[in-house]
Formats: sequence, C-alpha cells, structure tokens
Amino acid sequence: MSDTRAITLTVNGEPRQAMVDVRTTLVDVLRDQLRLTGTHVGCEHGVCGACTVLVDGEPVRGCLMLAVQADGRGVETVESLAPDPAHLNPLQAEFVRHHGVQCGFCTAGILMSLTAALRDNPRPTEGEIRETLAGHLCRCTGYQGMVDAVLALAGR
Amino acid sequence: MKPPRFRYDDPATVEEALDLLARHADGAKVLAGGQSLMPMLNFRLARPSHVVDINRIAALATMTSADGGLRLGSLVRQRALERSPLIRERSPLIAGAMPLVGHPQIRTRGTLGGNLAHADPASELPAVMIALGAELTVRSARGSRRLAAEAFFIAALTTALAPDELLTEIALPPWPARTGAHLLEVAKRHGDFALGGVAVTLTLDSLGRVAGARIVGFGVGPRPLRAIDAERSLVGGAPAPAAFAEAGRLAAASVDPPDDIHASGAYRKRLLGVLTARALTSARSSIGECAA
Repeated sequence: MSDTRAITLTVNGEPRQAMVDVRTTLVDVLRDQLRLTGTHVGCEHGVCGACTVLVDGEPVRGCLMLAVQADGRGVETVESLAPDPAHLNPLQAEFVRHHGVQCGFCTAGILMSLTAALRDNPRPTEGEIRETLAGHLCRCTGYQGMVDAVLALAGR
Repeated sequence: MKPPRFRYDDPATVEEALDLLARHADGAKVLAGGQSLMPMLNFRLARPSHVVDINRIAALATMTSADGGLRLGSLVRQRALERSPLIRERSPLIAGAMPLVGHPQIRTRGTLGGNLAHADPASELPAVMIALGAELTVRSARGSRRLAAEAFFIAALTTALAPDELLTEIALPPWPARTGAHLLEVAKRHGDFALGGVAVTLTLDSLGRVAGARIVGFGVGPRPLRAIDAERSLVGGAPAPAAFAEAGRLAAASVDPPDDIHASGAYRKRLLGVLTARALTSARSSIGECAA
C-alpha cells in the first residue's frame, strides 16, 4: 500500500530524477538510488549530524527529511566540494593539514555544515565554529583539529 | 531503522489538510519540520497509517505584525524566527531563545508549530509562549478555536489538539511597556535538550515597582509550569535582588521534577530556583531595550 512518487531534484548542480518510496529519507535516496555514498547515515534521529547535506543552501539532516520533500529543490553533498578527483577544496585541505579527520565517518556532514556557515560568515570566531560543530558528533578527533582547520581557512 | 509504510499526502492548502485529517483522524500524523516526527518514524515509535505533510502550505509560513503584536504561521521555520529583524524588535524573548532550540541544522527544518505541537517537556518555545501570553489558533474541518498557550500544553508530548486538528497560527500580544524578559537554561552541550530552564517576563509600573511577572519553568515537570506563587511574590515590590532570590526559592518549591539518567530531581529543583533569580535580574536590566 506504500506510495511511490517520481521526483526531480538538482544534486550538486545536475538535474536528477528518481522514483522514490514516500517513506524513504533523503539520505537513503542519495546513497542507494543516486549512488552518492559520501554522505553517511549514523544515528537516524538527527543527533549525530553525519547525514547533513545542504538543501537550497541550508544544512539539514538527510535522515530527517523525506526524499519526496526534496522534489524541486537543490541538494549539495560532500561530493560537490572537491574540484576534481585529484584535488581537495580549501576547507578539505585544511582538515587534512590540521588532522581534523580520523575515521572519516562524521566528516562529510561536518564539511557541509561548515560550508554553509562559511558562506554566511567567512571569518567565524572559534566560538562560532564550535557552535556549528555542536550539531555534530565526532568520536575520534576531539574537534580541536577541525576548529584549527577552520580558523586557518578564515585567516585567524 | 527506517520508517514504516504509510500513505502520504502533501496538500497545498489548509482546507485540504483539514479534510485529510478529518477523513483519517486517528491514524494520521501531521508532518511539519519533521525534526521530532521523523526520528519517531525512523525508530517506528510512531506508526501512522497516514502522513499529512503541510510543508507546501505557504499560507502557514507567514510572519506579520498586527495591532502592535505578531501573527506567526505554524510553519514558520525556527531559523526564520532566529534571523527575523521583526522578531528581534517585537519579541526579544523569542529572539533570545532561538539559538538554544536544537542546533542550526535542526532549526533549518524545524518549525514553530511543530515544536509546540510536539510538546517536549524540555523544549524552550512552549515556555516562551506561556510567558508571552500567546494565543494559539487550531483548526479542523469542524471549525476553528483559539486557546491560550497555557491551556494548550497538557502533559509530556500531549497537547489540547484533537487528532483532526491542526495548529495554524500563534498570535503574540504587543510587547507591554516597561517590560523585560529573559530565558536561561542549563544543557550538557549547546543545543542539547535542557536539563532545566526558565522563561521570565517582568513588567514595572510607572513608579518602578513590579506590576506583573511571569515565570515559566521547563524541563522540570511534564509540561512547562508557571510558578504562580513566585510571580505573585514580586507584585507591588521593588525589582531588587532579595525579591528575585525569594521568587527563585518559591519557584523551586513549586516543582517536583523526576530523576533521570541526566540529572536528579533535586538538582533540577535547585536549578530552577537559581535560574529564576538570575533570569529576573537579566529581565530587569533589559527593560527599556525593547520597543514598547
């Protein structure tokens, strides 16, 4: 009895179409149907932040939005950040330089939240960076490397 | 886990939504921002036969000023409230509370009405609405009714909404003259559920005495609780530290919070007293900052 619907959305600048079960979350469609597996699924209740993607430029939990709700919207995932497979973007490069990455499970969501925050405010303070990071869980790094990476990028 | 199967509709008007709710009443859930319902679906704690997604109803997402007060559609995003110059000017208590409501990534989707209708006992906005004397409009195919925020919250995750009703609008009265307000909470991590908190408003008369106060605790009981004795103790007196300390003591005495893994009931009780006195002090010093 479950419904399916055809949706059209823009993912990382490209128009994509999918036939989705209405109960399927956005992150599951991105991963399983559009094969964009850079975004991870963690807690599935909005706490860990691993699944964070941008919808119309704003960070959202990909596990707390149905894919049908993304019909007609623009979605950005971690795959959009690097300019080509051989290079990282400046934020990613600073993450590597400052050891902001260990296992990498949380990284995609964190990079997307920071990408949105840096568009709003390219020179955040440490407090502002930590407020953005508070919406994410990382069990490896202790966050300090990520804070250092963003401070370096912001020229502070 | 993943959500159970359900039928899905995303009506474009309030009338269509009300019709769907009337037809599917007990099996239907309203999906607004989804920041509470989606986790419950993912964990199958909620198993509605029908989901009525109101996100396409643009008429519910408006913020307007009316008669010096505000009319807020239930679908207004928390992030929109946080960023609104109108809210900052007209309702500093809401503006001050918004950064504490979840995380930015949650506020992007989360809505005012969804937060209120979910009625989490530790949530800030229900307490804010009671402190501000907000009036809520709920509609169904049977008609429309308006009720005070205080009458809307009944118990943990339980409101006065009938299964076929939709919260459509939150009306805030004009900010009274000589009134300050403040919200304080303690959470283990910024954006997490509060262990306890309080929203207060404080109004002075033309001679500088307390004309009225509202003190609403959250996270200290099954629903936001007004500390009536504490409020009354302030009226007619000077807005001074001793009076605020006494109001804190009375507020703490008025609640009996339960123990849980995050904090003991005794801790939460003490917390409410301390935060009440501090919030009143801040509210006192903010008087005059907001446009009357």
